[in-house]
Formats: sequence, structure tokens, C-alpha cells
Amino acid sequence: MPGSQMIMYEEEYQEISVIINKLLKEANAKSIFLVDKNGQLIASCGDTDELDSTSLASLTAGNIAATGGLAKLIGEKEFSILFHEGEKDNIHLSIIAQRVILVVIFDRKSSLGLVRLRVKKASDSITKIFESLMKRIEDESAAGPESPFAEITDDDIDNLFK
Amino acid sequence: MSFINYSSREINCKIVYYGPGLCGKTSNLQFIYNKTNPQTRGKMISLATETERTLFFDFLPLALGEIRGFKVRFHLYTVPGQVFYDASRKLILKGVDGVVFVADSQVERMEANIESVENLKENLLEHGYNLDDLPYVIQYNKRDLENIVSLDEMREALNERGIPDFEGCATSGKGVFETLKSIAKEILMVLKSGIK
Repeated sequence: MPGSQMIMYEEEYQEISVIINKLLKEANAKSIFLVDKNGQLIASCGDTDELDSTSLASLTAGNIAATGGLAKLIGEKEFSILFHEGEKDNIHLSIIAQRVILVVIFDRKSSLGLVRLRVKKASDSITKIFESLMKRIEDESAAGPESPFAEITDDDIDNLFK
Repeated sequence: MSFINYSSREINCKIVYYGPGLCGKTSNLQFIYNKTNPQTRGKMISLATETERTLFFDFLPLALGEIRGFKVRFHLYTVPGQVFYDASRKLILKGVDGVVFVADSQVERMEANIESVENLKENLLEHGYNLDDLPYVIQYNKRDLENIVSLDEMREALNERGIPDFEGCATSGKGVFETLKSIAKEILMVLKSGIK
């Protein structure tokens, strides 16, 4: 099957949280989201309460996918950075470790230059975490198919639709 | 490719509604949206043209409940059905956990159904998936119309594998939740067996 299943463990999640919180401060950003390329939200920090983070994650992935399609059309592997400029707020998107998207939302209190600089540094740290995470997922799935759903029953599934 | 988050104790699965143009993919999502408790669903996003034809995708997140202490979330997507949007269609299949094929039961759309299934197979292969290995269900939509192909004929043309299939009328909601429940079950069964 293509790629492997994405699993996020508590330890890696904490490490990622530390990095994006640090990035939030250093880049003077409003909020930061880390999104899987398939559109699943992995982590977020900052001023996220007023945002529909599920929609943001899905649209971000769609945006990156469409831009990736454009890149391939002109013979590029991908466009690793996207920037959307608004009247007040701006969005900086960057692809990390070829599988997750770092979304930084910022306003006039910051600048594109600062965000790019800080994102670059944070990307390296996040890349390392994902490299070790992917290895862990591989090792643990090789050790046996231990899924939290191994004991699931038909009744469990029926209950979801009640 | 489901996403299991041990930190937030969530599992997210992606379901894609596929099918020829105007077969009722968006109508399926709209019906689910309208009939679901606002607490269990998120906002429905439709990236559509001015004439309400899907341009890129529709998206509907559903948080149905918990299984074994894990919140189970399904992200429902539709693809644009029109033939010339193939590049976009391909992108949406990335990371899919299960596919619902919405077939248009009208006689004149049979050819479009068959073409769309072939297109689905090809696009999945480009992502490295084989339709035969994926959770997959079919909905024969628009059963309320008059000029329709018999159920047996539709099955013969579209359901060689004998996968779960349902008669539907997405505008009135017939078969919509049965279809969703069935694909959700298929996906969770795959998770249960630990096959990725």
C-alpha cells in the first residue's frame, strides 16, 4: 500500500507542540497549524478558537494538492512554500518532510521575511520528529497488528449511527 | 490512510464519494449534513462553480461517537464528476480509506457510470491503491426516476465483486445513511484487522 498509516503518539505530539509554540512566539504569528497532506489536523497553537480548524486543515490539503498538481505540470516536484496575502491576515504554507503542511497565520505584527526565517528553522526540527515517528510506526506495525480497534464489534459500529 | 492520534485519542478516516457528473454525490453529502445533529458535524464546504457544479470538492466532517475510547471521525469528500476535471479528481483520492461509488440509474447515464468506475480504478492506481483491496460500496441513485436501468443490470455492470450496494434517492434521502453506515463499517473492519 502507498505510504504507511499515520499514527501520532503522545510523546511526539508533545515535542511538536513545543516546537510550534516556540515558532508562534519567535515569528510573532497569530496561529499555527500542522496538517497532514491528506487533510487531517495534527496539532495547532495560538489564536485558534475562532477558526474552523477542521475546514482549515481540509482546504489547506486541497490547496497544497492543487499546487502540487500544477508543479508536476511544469516539471517541478512540488512547490514547497505557498503564501497568501490578505488585507489584514496572511497565510504561509510550507511542506515539511514531504508529508505534513505547516500553516502559519500572521498579521502586521510580523512580516513574511521573519516568518520564512523562523519556519525554516522549525521545519528542520519537525522533520527530525517525523523521521523518528515514521520509523516508530514502521517498527510497531512490524511487531504485530496491534490496533486499538482489534476488539471492535458490530455493535460498536452500530452504536455510532444511533 | 486513516490517522490515529493517540494524543487526542481520535481516529480520522477519509471517505470519497465518486461517480459521474450529476449522479448525486453532493446531494448525498447535503442530505447527511441536513439530517445530522449539528454537534456531530462540522461545516460543509462546497468548492463549486456559480451553477453549483462541484469544481474541486465538497467536504463534510462527521464526528460520530466513540469506539473503545477513541473519537471516530469521518471526513466525507466528493469529487467533481465532470470528465474534464480529472486532474482534481485524482488529487482528492490521496489518502482515501474508503470509496462510495454513486451510480446514476438513468438509462442514458449507464455508459458514464462505467467510464467513471474505470476512471476511479485508474486514478487509484496512480496513488498505488487497488480498488479490489479498498473498502468500497455502491449506491444506485435516482431510483425514483422512471427511465432507469433494472437493479440486476446495474449490478451486473458495476458490481462484479458483490460488494455492499444500495438503492438510493439522495434528494429524499433513501439509502443515503445505509450507504454511509456500510462504508464506515467496511473501513472500521479493515482497521480492526490491522491491514493497512
